[in-house]
Amino acid sequence: MLDCCGMHSLEELYSDVPDSLKLKRDYDIEPQMSEKEVRDFFEELALRNQPLTCFAGAGFYDHYAPSVVQSIISRSEFLTAYTPYQPEISQGTLQYIFEYQTMMSQLTGLEVSNASMYDGTTAVAEAMMMAVANARKKNRVLASATLNPIYREVVDTYAHYHGIVVDTIPETDGVTDLEAMAEMLGSGDVAGVILPTPNYYGILEDYTGVADTVHAAKALLIMTAPASALGVIRTPGEWGADIAAGEAQSLGMPLNFGGPYLGYMCCKKSLIRKLPGRIVGATTDADGQRVFVLTLQAREQHIRRDKATSNICSNQGLMALYASVYLSLMGAAGLREVNEISASGAHYLARRLEETGAFELKYPNRPFLNEFVVKFKGEVKLADFMDVCTACGCLPGVMLSENELLVCVTEMRTKAEIDRYVWRAETFSKATVPSFNNPKNIND
Amino acid sequence: MNRKYYGKVIFELSRHGRRGYSLPKNGCDGGLDGIPEQLMRSSDPVLPEVDEPTVVRHYNNMSTNNFGVDTGFYPLGSCTMKYNPKINEEISSLPAFTSLHPFQPSATVQGALEAYYMLQSKLSEIGGMAEFTLNPYAGAHGELTGLMVIRAYHESRGDMARTKVIVPDSAHGTNPASAAVAGLKVVEVKSLPDGTVDIDALRPLLDETVAAVMMTNPNTVGIFEHSIPEIAEMVHACGALMYYDGANLNPMLGVARPGDMGFDVMHINLHKTFSTPHGGGGPGSGPVGVRDGLQQFLPNPRVVKRNVSGDSTFELDFGTEKGPHALGRISAWLGNFAVELRALAYILSLGRDGLKMAGALATLNANYVKESLRDLYELPIDRVCKHEFVFDGLADKSSGVTTLNIAKRLLDHGFHAPTIYFPLLFHESLMIEPTETESKETLDDFIAVMRDIAREAVESPETVKNAPLETPVRKPDDTAAALNPIVTFTELQNTAMA
Repeated sequence: MLDCCGMHSLEELYSDVPDSLKLKRDYDIEPQMSEKEVRDFFEELALRNQPLTCFAGAGFYDHYAPSVVQSIISRSEFLTAYTPYQPEISQGTLQYIFEYQTMMSQLTGLEVSNASMYDGTTAVAEAMMMAVANARKKNRVLASATLNPIYREVVDTYAHYHGIVVDTIPETDGVTDLEAMAEMLGSGDVAGVILPTPNYYGILEDYTGVADTVHAAKALLIMTAPASALGVIRTPGEWGADIAAGEAQSLGMPLNFGGPYLGYMCCKKSLIRKLPGRIVGATTDADGQRVFVLTLQAREQHIRRDKATSNICSNQGLMALYASVYLSLMGAAGLREVNEISASGAHYLARRLEETGAFELKYPNRPFLNEFVVKFKGEVKLADFMDVCTACGCLPGVMLSENELLVCVTEMRTKAEIDRYVWRAETFSKATVPSFNNPKNIND
Repeated sequence: MNRKYYGKVIFELSRHGRRGYSLPKNGCDGGLDGIPEQLMRSSDPVLPEVDEPTVVRHYNNMSTNNFGVDTGFYPLGSCTMKYNPKINEEISSLPAFTSLHPFQPSATVQGALEAYYMLQSKLSEIGGMAEFTLNPYAGAHGELTGLMVIRAYHESRGDMARTKVIVPDSAHGTNPASAAVAGLKVVEVKSLPDGTVDIDALRPLLDETVAAVMMTNPNTVGIFEHSIPEIAEMVHACGALMYYDGANLNPMLGVARPGDMGFDVMHINLHKTFSTPHGGGGPGSGPVGVRDGLQQFLPNPRVVKRNVSGDSTFELDFGTEKGPHALGRISAWLGNFAVELRALAYILSLGRDGLKMAGALATLNANYVKESLRDLYELPIDRVCKHEFVFDGLADKSSGVTTLNIAKRLLDHGFHAPTIYFPLLFHESLMIEPTETESKETLDDFIAVMRDIAREAVESPETVKNAPLETPVRKPDDTAAALNPIVTFTELQNTAMA
């Protein structure tokens, strides 16, 4: 092969690289490992992780992953393909994206969906930019104080560099202050409003009339919800939202220490040419067969360059397949069951925790699905309770403050696990840390 | 690949009452009962109702109309479609990684944090940088993050007038798009006929309004920018920073490092150089590295290593002490973690010698294909290339056969097409990147087919122009798709295609 190139050594292939730039030593990286050594290395590393029985949510949910899903997304024809730029040999990818778009449109109650975004946080940030691009001369966006703070941080980062001002709509008793929102919209310079459902505290807010108020101010309504919940809760489309953007990890995707997850974005059809990311459409081929293609590419970075609606390129293709297969297996009935079982477990745990006398619900009058905030009444610190639970193999929730805990239950949690959680809370509230004696049989 | 088209949509297999799931019961009930009706959906979503075997067959049949790296040769320029080792898949699915919730206490995720830290350290060594963040989800997300880092740096110095980014006209479309999202104005700089940046065109553009110059090296035509030290000096002299788009890093493994070339900020596509599967369009990963002095501008959270009485522990740093110029958060957590695990497994499998060999063999393979076809295809830049090169269509264009026709004819022969009509420097760009994981036999097969197509273009040009002829579907009507977008099954049902 070197002969064919008129060369005598591999080094000659780099004769055009100035000598001063060449690395004159080996990388400070280990010599190569055999496959067995690599496996041993990671198995040893994995031992330094402690998987916990998960009562934490806060945007990332421990739902059941049917084994079919992993089996299908591991098929190398899907796994090792590139973005479907050659439709004649990419119908598999194009078709599942089309199915995914249909399913997300059904879940959000909005007419169209793109092919995926990176995750929920960036999807909401992109929705914000879309609202500003749509409004042309306005650069102010409102976000509810009840939005997940991680989402807000990402939105703020994008906003700062994109020249957008994000103001916070205050909350009262765990829900968005809608009167304050109406007042803030009065300034006439707002391009979009971001509202969560359920919100960060797990509360299902009542947004009756909100879309009219937002639209009267010529702003777009952006709503965000975990995809799984959309199987039962009132949809962004039903609330009158223009854009739905959020996280679809709750469709049975592994927690995976933060990724890969799946951002989704849906909108009214009138906004489709402003929608970022890839979109698959149906058409016919030269033989008249129904086929699928990437469409409306004139919006995208590889054509529009700096005039594109977004810079998004590769994103979460395979995770869109994950969602399609999951939703095909579950159907509307399965998704409803997931929500029913999760909500029943959560309401049971909330009630039992209150009964221990150690906890009280922070928002007792607000409806919730499967996540809620409790306040710890004991004199010992919540942080110590977290430590005790962790030592028992349980993650009891996400601390919101030194005495508030955001707790989540999914269909993955058994009654026994929930009861052990309650037992720990009960015992802990009556004991001091050193005397907290944990018999082995209550470990998770 | 199955040449017979499958073509059904899962909704068409739906039958009322079928189900493909089984869920555990927790013995609690009534969870949805107390929720007011106006907070619930008025009707169920229309989703498929199908049993498990139907789901499995549907997606498996669909997959057979797809072409992956595991199906065949994928010489897609600038995409580095190398083989994705299977061990990496296994590592990334170890339950002690997949089951971790992001908010677990650091003490319970030491293995995961160590994996993150190890990968960022190794990428820093490979890039010649001080520290990497693995948080960006993809290449374009990395570009955006890197440009935000650069803006944060200038802002921290009160240097607010730097609002432009200079990008070569040969750059990937995401470069200008990322710059625009980061709030920067894009200025294009011309390339010389050999595809390298024209220093004389660049010089007058450099002033106090420039935030950064964004380059790939080797560039998009596969040529090493030999003037890079001079360019870096000019750019730094005007107070701007150098950004390295790592899309083309593969051939430089073990040879030269972006940090040593004078770049300040860079991203790497783990789904290119570090062999993580592309997944039909993600999930990828676009780690961003910075030279010493810029670490404080990296996004949150960072993973830091602490040595406590001889033991190393890994902690998350949310930058609370870093003052007002920290970037903030650009992703939910630590990026596409399972992708990061795959890349680390790949680096450990290859080791320092294997990585160096990968770069050299990728370069050899590209030059071999180029030299074997240059008599029949027009080679506008006749120099030793790196990992990829560009033909400007056929040498003999009299038949009217275009680059698009050649690309489609390759599909008939069981190869993926090269990248076409990019870079924009030539009318008939045909960009070929073989990667190092292809054998000489595969390359020879590809070369033989490319030569056949060139011959066919003269002898029966209509055959080539009508390609593809043997793929599961034929050329789609893109115009109709864009004119009247049908993007859901709901819409499809109301058309003649139902």
